[in-house]
Amino acid sequence: MRSVEPWVTPPLERFLAESSARLTLLMTSSGQVVAQHGFVRSVDVMTAAALGAAILASTGEIGRLVGESRFHALVHQGTRQQVFLSDFETARGRWIGLVVFDSESTVGLVQLFFDRLVAELVEAAPREAPKQQVLPENFERELNASLRALFGR
Amino acid sequence: MSDPVELLERLSSVRGIRGSILVSADDGLIVAESLMTGVDGRAVAALAASLTNRMRRATECAGRREPVFLQLQAADGTVLAAPCGRELVLVAIAGPDVNVGLARLEMLNAAGRLA
Repeated sequence: MRSVEPWVTPPLERFLAESSARLTLLMTSSGQVVAQHGFVRSVDVMTAAALGAAILASTGEIGRLVGESRFHALVHQGTRQQVFLSDFETARGRWIGLVVFDSESTVGLVQLFFDRLVAELVEAAPREAPKQQVLPENFERELNASLRALFGR
Repeated sequence: MSDPVELLERLSSVRGIRGSILVSADDGLIVAESLMTGVDGRAVAALAASLTNRMRRATECAGRREPVFLQLQAADGTVLAAPCGRELVLVAIAGPDVNVGLARLEMLNAAGRLA
């Protein structure tokens, strides 16, 4: 398990131990990865983050169309694996969790421990860091620093 | 299949049983419940289904086929579980005053009707 924000690590480690999730991704609503577990290649993480954020954005719009303020969680059921996607508010803005699990876990267990993870993250989240101007010369350096934190290289 | 809510209410009326839940074995989600307030049914359902699934694997690995009845004795009472076929698990939460024999009989009877 690797995270860009150190305060995320203890709650996420507890979630992983209790839920038996295979893959887990925490990201911002814009798809920026905060923490990951189980992914080997950075390209997979970036793709999963972008797709997860897009799926939640799409279902949010469907919800708006049918008069539901928002769908907080959705589950994609496969033959051997399932994907759980949910968003939640923190002091750092809206975050998204993407969890892939197999027959070692169940939707009920993942939901239960994800709710606990959210409660712990909300409590542990430091206040919003002051916004910094994104400069081209900083962008690549920060991106590389995030990839090093998430993949250790 | 009998009406699940009716069966749960009958089971919950056994002396010492504080509540009962019918859980989807594959998902760990509640199908029907008859619980006292203060019991986190969602957590009990998810964890009891997981425990039952793991016990099923253990008994099958030991060549003893599927479990019929589980009794988890805790400091302040008991959690009982009876698989209803492969798809459902009947879970009862009992206090220390429960007559486990009677509760077991009622649960196996209900599980047979729900399977």
